[in-house]
Formats: sequence, structure tokens, C-alpha cells
Amino acid sequence: MALLEVNSLSVEFGDGPNPFRAVDQVSYSVEKGEVVGIVGESGSGKSVSSLSIMGLIEYPGHVKAEGLTFDGQDLLSMPVKKRRALTGADIAMIFQEPMSSLNPCYTVEFQITEALKIHQGGRKKWRRERAIELLEQVGIPDPKSRLKAYPHQLSGGMSQRVMIAMAIACDPKLLIADEPTTALDVTIQAQIVDLLLELQREKNMGLVLITNDLALVAEAADRVIVMYAGQVVETGPAEEIFSTPRHPYTQALLRSLPESSQGKERLEALPGVVPGAFDRPKGCMLAPRCPYASERCQREVPMVSGDSLRQVRCFTPLDLQGKPAA
Amino acid sequence: MSEAKLTSSTAAGQAESLLSVVDIKKHYQVKTGFMKPEANVKALDGVSFNLDKGKTLAVVGESGCGKSTLARVLTMIEQPTAGELRFDGQDVLGLGAEAAKVLRQKIQIIFQNPYGSLNPRKKVGTILEEPLVINTSLSKQARKQKALDMLAKVGLRPEHYDRYPHMFSGGQRQRIAIARGLMLDPQVVVADEPVSALDVSVQAQVLNLMMDLQQEMGLSYIFISHDLSVVEHIADEVMVMYLGKAVEYGSCEAIFNDPKHPYTQALLSSTPRLDPAHRREKIKLQGELPSPLNPPQGCAFHARCRYANERCAQQQPLLVNESGTQVACFAREEGRL
Repeated sequence: MALLEVNSLSVEFGDGPNPFRAVDQVSYSVEKGEVVGIVGESGSGKSVSSLSIMGLIEYPGHVKAEGLTFDGQDLLSMPVKKRRALTGADIAMIFQEPMSSLNPCYTVEFQITEALKIHQGGRKKWRRERAIELLEQVGIPDPKSRLKAYPHQLSGGMSQRVMIAMAIACDPKLLIADEPTTALDVTIQAQIVDLLLELQREKNMGLVLITNDLALVAEAADRVIVMYAGQVVETGPAEEIFSTPRHPYTQALLRSLPESSQGKERLEALPGVVPGAFDRPKGCMLAPRCPYASERCQREVPMVSGDSLRQVRCFTPLDLQGKPAA
Repeated sequence: MSEAKLTSSTAAGQAESLLSVVDIKKHYQVKTGFMKPEANVKALDGVSFNLDKGKTLAVVGESGCGKSTLARVLTMIEQPTAGELRFDGQDVLGLGAEAAKVLRQKIQIIFQNPYGSLNPRKKVGTILEEPLVINTSLSKQARKQKALDMLAKVGLRPEHYDRYPHMFSGGQRQRIAIARGLMLDPQVVVADEPVSALDVSVQAQVLNLMMDLQQEMGLSYIFISHDLSVVEHIADEVMVMYLGKAVEYGSCEAIFNDPKHPYTQALLSSTPRLDPAHRREKIKLQGELPSPLNPPQGCAFHARCRYANERCAQQQPLLVNESGTQVACFAREEGRL
């Protein structure tokens, strides 16, 4: 049984007849000890979908799903108290900007032991020792002296390490990392990704890695989910997605990277932009930008097809040569 | 070919270089607290390079290495503490205010964040015409015509002339910022992380636009970035900076195919790669960039470098020419690397 099963999850914002669908019927699963990468550009709904798993969507947002189960328990139907006990302990999240997600008014010690106090209790001395242990685990030099530090005294990389220490404080089974490295420098980025993967292997956690850096996902993830304008457009094993993309959007994303056009004068850019809240097309979301779009793509919304391991949302998925099927 | 190009451009003081910078420094005095002495931050500590017409020099480094300070000094937003800045053979720093104003038109800047660098209360047309109002005596009609031409050039439509910045997406805003930078027909454009705030697919559009404009208008770019895959695509020459100093400076092919400085090697190996064949063995760097307030003695990189020895901890290495590339490293000089 999968650790996390998301079945047809939708998140809508606003009341009234036409709420905005930020996430549109997203389904995926995460196994124990698996690294799943979710990639997509800004506005694709990747952060909102993970926030809804954590139960952090507030009014005017509405979360709907046919099934949202974690470790065999239904998250949506369980009492609020029970869900609160679960999130932060068994499901933990690392947020995007470490500098602004830490509370500037409290010390590192307070913020790390807060999760321990709520979920595990114990004596203050024990919590303090555990905090030192955690800081050591995430590679902070001289952790004892760092306990009394405030977030503004830490660098970006250090803050992100503290965030990770907070997230793994209660030994979660599932860790969701929302763009854990985008705000960091290249060399620090490599350190943080290494640390995350090391912890993931050590504790056999499920790790959901949300990012817009395709190359990072290619190196780190076992399975990849590609999102576009709130929908999942393609899922599959990482090597397959990157070697033979089947959705035109995945193909275009890969081609637009400077790395894929070495020795060429121009980059193969996808024209246009991700549709916003008010200009979403009627049919396939990608139709206005897609080089292969037909008349049918403008009218109808394609459904997800393919087996559970390799799914694609397109009327004419690409074949191994990268050409659309007839 | 690359070697010939490099020797011609790195020989200092040659007439053909459009922009030449010699040992430029920018130090800031900062307060460290009440009743405490002021500290000296060496944001830029002796950087030299030459930029030829129509070429792109990429400046690479982590945050705090002085990239953006370099951009501000080059565009004469800030006066350097010491050093020499020559544009087209003319000494820029010794000029009077009037002459500097004229010269400033030739070196323009594109800022990093298109969400912050456009005035939200001005229409696109006003933003684009502002440089013309200040620097030229064109009529209103001529200014509008020029702004419309420039909009077309950067791939925007004439109706965008009357809109406000909030009505545009990130990629379109960066196009506006580029258009503003080009209004005065500059010869050198300093682009400070022009695509780092943009999505992947839009990033490619903006990079293509920048390369097209370079060919069309014969622009020279100083391209400041931390994204090495972008730099590899767009640059002719690359300068790698660390804590206010250049540690390696050479042609793009040389730096990416055969990085010589241990920091450049680590930077390249930490960049994630799509193609498994391109991935290098990861060099794990310990620690972080030291604070420029309190830089280490000796080579700035020695605390994180696996080749460091006692000499590195005491003396500062200078840039030494090694088969066309300049490298500042003792390990390299002594053949330990």
C-alpha cells in the first residue's frame, strides 16, 4: 500500500459560480522510501497541491478529493484534532524561502522544540538535547551555541538547515520539500540536496520534491510528475520522462533549457506564457502554446491515459522519436 | 581560435577594447554597532577585464561575491574607490559631470527583478520615454515613435504603450526592462541576473531576445549570473568571482571544458545536469562564503578548498596566465592540482 495516495484532488479559490481552480483533479501516490519530483512553472499548482495535503489551505480555498489517504487513514474525513496530530509529526513540510519561513522573534531552539513539545512532550532538558542532536544531523557546526541564535543571525543555507531540522524533528514518514533550494547559491544548493537525500535514505522516508529546476529532479527523483496550469500532464519514472517525454509540454520544457541546445545559436523557446486565472483556454490548457495542437485540442479537454506507471494527458502523445502519434 | 581571441582581449590597454577595467575596487564603510569603529567591506577588491565590441562577458559567482557591485560601478551608479575604467579609450572616472552624463548613455543596465525595477505608477510609454526626456531634446512625437519602435523590437505590441507594469507577466516585464535599457542606443549593456526571476520556458524567450538584439545592434553584454548553464550558452568569456576578486578568467570553452581553479571546478560540479553524461563527479564544498566584513587571511577560498596548504592560508594568490586562462591559485602554480 502506498504511503500517500492522492486521488482526484482539486483546490478551488473563491465562492460563487466560477471559483478559480488552482489544482484540477490531481492524482498521484508516493511509496515508502521513494523520491517523487513534482515539476512545473509558477502557477502550475504544485505548491497549492502540497499545501492541501498538509491541510494548510484556508478560506476562501476549498479542497475536494475522491480520496486523500496517508498510511491507510483518510485525511479528509478524520477529525481535525487527529489530523493536526498527524501533520507536523508523520507528514512534515519544508517551505520555500527559509529566510521568511522562520519566525524572526524566536530562537532556533524554541522553533525546533516547539514541534517536539506539541507532538512528543517530554522534559525540557530532553527536548533541548534532541534539538542539539537534530542540528548536528543537518550539519550545523557547533550546534550548542547555535541554539540561542535568532534567524537573522543565520545565513540562507543555515536557515534552510534549521528548517530541515524542524521538519525531521518527529521522524516523519513523509517529507514534502517545496522548492527547498531555489533561494540558495549553487554550492549551498548541492549541500542541501545531498543532505535531504541522505536523510531520506537513512530514515526510509517518502520525499516529495517540488521544484522548477528540471535538472535537479533528473538527478534526485525516482519518479516525476509534471504539472501545467493546475493539471498533471505527465507522470513516469525519471529516466523515461527525461529521455523520452510523451507530453508536448515536457518536451518543450526540456528543449528550452540551455543545456539541451549546446552548440546552437538559439534556444527552442515555447511561445506564450502559462495561462493565468482569467485567461485559461477552454480545451487543453497547453493548446494555445502547443506546436502540435489540432482543432480538437482547442475544444475538448484531454483525459489522462496510459498505465499507472506512465501517464500522459494528451490526445496525441509523443512517440519515442518525439513526434505526435497519428 | 579561442586562444587568439583571448590574448588579444586580455592584453591590457589595447585600443580595440570597448570597455576596459583595470584593478577596480569598491570599499564600503559600514557601522558595526554603537560606539564601535566602522568596518571596511571590500565588496570589490581589484578586478580587471576587457570587453570587445559585440561580445559577451559573463560574471559568475555566489551571492556576496561582488557581482552586483561591479554592475553598479560599471554603469557609474557608484564611484569606485580605486582603479581605472576606460570606455572607447576614454578615461571615464576623470570626466566632469557633463561629459560623464553623455558617456553614461552608452553603458546601460538591466536589473534583476522585473517586478521591482519598473515603476508601478507609470505607464510603459512613460517608462520608456523617461531616458529620452532626460538625455535628449527629441520632440514628444519623436519620443513616442522611438518608444513604439523599441516595443516592436523586443516583441511587444503597440497597444502595450498605454498599459501599466502590473498588467504584464514576468517575461513581458523583463522585455520592457530591456527596452528601457536600449532606448538611448547604448553600446554596452550590463545585465544583472536578467533571467533568474523567470520561468524556464520564458527564460529561453528572453535569452533568445537578448541574443537577437546583440546581433542586430552590435551590443556588448556584461552578463551577471549564477546560473552556469545559461552562462555557457550566452557567453564568449567568463570571469568567476569569489569574495570581491576574480579567481578565474578565460574563454567560455576553456572554463567549461577545463576548469582550472578549485572553486570553478566545485561550482561546475554542483550544477545539476539533465543529461547523465554531462554530470561531473560532485565536489562537496564544506561551509559557506566567508563574510566580506571579516575575510580570511590569505586566499579567500582556502577554508573551503581541499587543496589548501599553509601558503594558501597566509598569502593571496594573483591571477597567473596558464594556457590562455588566468587563474589565481597556488595549488595550480605549484602543480599540486
